[in-house]
Amino acid sequence: MSGPELDKNPGEHGTPLLELSGLRVFYGAIEALKGIDLTVGRGEAVALLGANGAGKSTTLKTVSGMLAPRHGEVRLHGERIDGIASHELVRFGLGHVPEGRRVFARMTVLENLTMGAYRFRRPDPDDLDRVFGLFPRLHERRKQIAGTLSGGEQQMLAIGRALMGKPELLLLDEPSMGLAPLIVEQIFDILREVNEQGTTLLLVEQNASEALQLANRGYVLETGEVVMSGPADTLLADPRIRAAYLGEHVEVD
Amino acid sequence: MTTTETARDVSAAARLRKTSWYQEPRWQRLAALIGVAVVGAQVTGVEGNNRDIFYALKENFTSTGFAVWLAVCVGIWVVREFAQAPVGSAWQSVKESVKAPAGEVQAVWRKQFWLRVGILSGVLVFLIVLPLLVSRHWQQVLVDQIAIYVLLAIGLNVVVGWAGMLDLGFIAFFAIGAYSAAFWTGSLPVDPPMVLNNFAVIPIAVITCLVAGVLLGAPTLRLRGDYLAIVTLGFHEIVYLGAKNWQSFTGGTSGARVERFSIDLGFWSYSWGLDPRPYYWLLLGFIIVLLVLFIRLEHSRVGRAWTAIREDEVAAASNGVDTVRFKLLAFAIGASTSGIAGVIYASKLAYINSEAFIVLFSILVLSYVIFGGMGSLPGVLIGTAVLVWLPEALRDSVPAQDRYMYLGALLVIMMIYRPQGLWPSRRRQRELHMAEEGTAGADALGGTAGGKQV
Ligand SMILES: Nc1ncnc2c1ncn2[C@@H]1O[C@H](COP(=O)(O)OP(=O)(O)OP(=O)(O)O)[C@@H](O)[C@H]1O
Ligand SMILES: [Mg+2]
Repeated sequence: MSGPELDKNPGEHGTPLLELSGLRVFYGAIEALKGIDLTVGRGEAVALLGANGAGKSTTLKTVSGMLAPRHGEVRLHGERIDGIASHELVRFGLGHVPEGRRVFARMTVLENLTMGAYRFRRPDPDDLDRVFGLFPRLHERRKQIAGTLSGGEQQMLAIGRALMGKPELLLLDEPSMGLAPLIVEQIFDILREVNEQGTTLLLVEQNASEALQLANRGYVLETGEVVMSGPADTLLADPRIRAAYLGEHVEVD
Repeated sequence: MTTTETARDVSAAARLRKTSWYQEPRWQRLAALIGVAVVGAQVTGVEGNNRDIFYALKENFTSTGFAVWLAVCVGIWVVREFAQAPVGSAWQSVKESVKAPAGEVQAVWRKQFWLRVGILSGVLVFLIVLPLLVSRHWQQVLVDQIAIYVLLAIGLNVVVGWAGMLDLGFIAFFAIGAYSAAFWTGSLPVDPPMVLNNFAVIPIAVITCLVAGVLLGAPTLRLRGDYLAIVTLGFHEIVYLGAKNWQSFTGGTSGARVERFSIDLGFWSYSWGLDPRPYYWLLLGFIIVLLVLFIRLEHSRVGRAWTAIREDEVAAASNGVDTVRFKLLAFAIGASTSGIAGVIYASKLAYINSEAFIVLFSILVLSYVIFGGMGSLPGVLIGTAVLVWLPEALRDSVPAQDRYMYLGALLVIMMIYRPQGLWPSRRRQRELHMAEEGTAGADALGGTAGGKQV
């Protein structure tokens, strides 16, 4: 299965929706991001790959305002947003599906989705229909308590909840974590649909093959630095990527 | 690994797999209940004797008192553990048979606005005439204890039950309210800039408590539940020790006289005197106003934000909830409710000293909230009324110093068999339900560390 043949050249998207430049983030004295430059164009899907501890989650947390960078800038629509608290950024059209899902375990599915639309006075019924359309499973289980959902259903709920806030840019931190291959496939199909409906995606993934099939472009992080970037199919064909993330034995020069 | 080692491991596994009878929850609950009986019998039995150090032990374990304690505790255990099936099925069939009519009643209740108004005003009329139906002693209890504690409990419920923050220093704000009343009515050794009427002190006390609450809350509300509990406990101690030791300002343990409530509208004036009933009606008014406000809050966006914060602060923030602001709001609402209670308490007793604000009262209010059902207003109201009433009801039948033993025993038994409280909120029921199934921690008070990590 190959990804959607969208425009894979970021230059043609005009001003990038999201732009990180020279981003340096510290945990105390530890420098987790050592100057990241990254752009996400409007309507694009961008994958962020990297080994454990490379700084992928840190990047997403910095974008969504949970962490403040010590140096560098985060720009959304060309406006600086670094230093703005995460609950405020929701109003700027940013949605974050955090690592480990973090659904509200004791609320029902429907209550979780309603919470996702918290920034609006009341949830938009069209959005609810859209989420239930994307995830029929959630509609079946809308009265169920979220903590009792399976891992895959919780992931669907986390994505659905973020979509209820009508995000323009959706940050996803390892949506495939711990899920069966079939469910991963389903989730990626849905993400593709979400992307085609116009939501820009920035996606952190360990499942490089699925991620790069979905994405237009990709970045590879290593110990807090971008070591490789380019169109998704180029990365997918790169022997180093194939060796590191797809477990293939390829001779690297 | 040698074969003998492997063999030993296998036998270790076999040992671990086998649970002894005393590890079963049922028997552990029995042990806890026998513990309650033992402590109960000792506390409520005869006192020690310095010629025979084992006198009290011997007496109390051979007394009928111990037999009664044991019989009650073991009786509860037997009924709950072994009669569960018949009692449960009987209860279930009662529920089933009541379900249809109850549904109809509920539907009628929802639809018939005037019926609702009628019943609620019936309850209200009952509450209003209640002090006319009881003795002077019970009128005092209604005011000094039940109504004051109900006011405190609905305030603490906002902090603990709704926002999920464990506050052990709640009485500190009660003290601030009480001393505000004393100060602004010119009753303390230090004169205020101007002497005010007690009613005018209420907004001032609210503001003082809000400021104190925010000053304490702003730097500390980022802390997780257990750390926050310690900080609030420390805050309480500071306020209490300040009241106790700053003699020249507060009067310390010897206390200060406080003006009573009075109202003077020119054409009509009234002074609250020794009669407890007018205080009761005043308190009832405050409780009803606050209840209406709190019920509205619970079902508003604010209430939903609190629920989300209680569940997962990080997720709440990424859905657009300003976690710090809403936690601060809950804390401030609780603090000012406590402050109002303090003003009324001081004005009613017409006297305060520092010993009215010991930490025990914070713990008592918290236990009322937990007993009634955290986060559930009807539960908190009923739970507080019952727990405050109980020691008073026992006043004539048991020695005064033993009364709180019965309260303690009731709380322990309650926590063993009905930890969700008398009338739990729907969400709290879910929590317990899920904890039993092992899908989520029952640690309702511990949130995740919030705020921004930089
Ligand atoms: N709160 C923290 N305090 C200190 N160090 C941290 C903290 N969070 C992350 N780090 C460190 O920062 C580095 C980057 O972490 P990050 O979570 O961004 O990795 P990641 O790329 O998302 O990894 P994974 O694929 O395992 O999720 C790691 O070395 C990690 O140990
Ligand atoms: Mg990560």
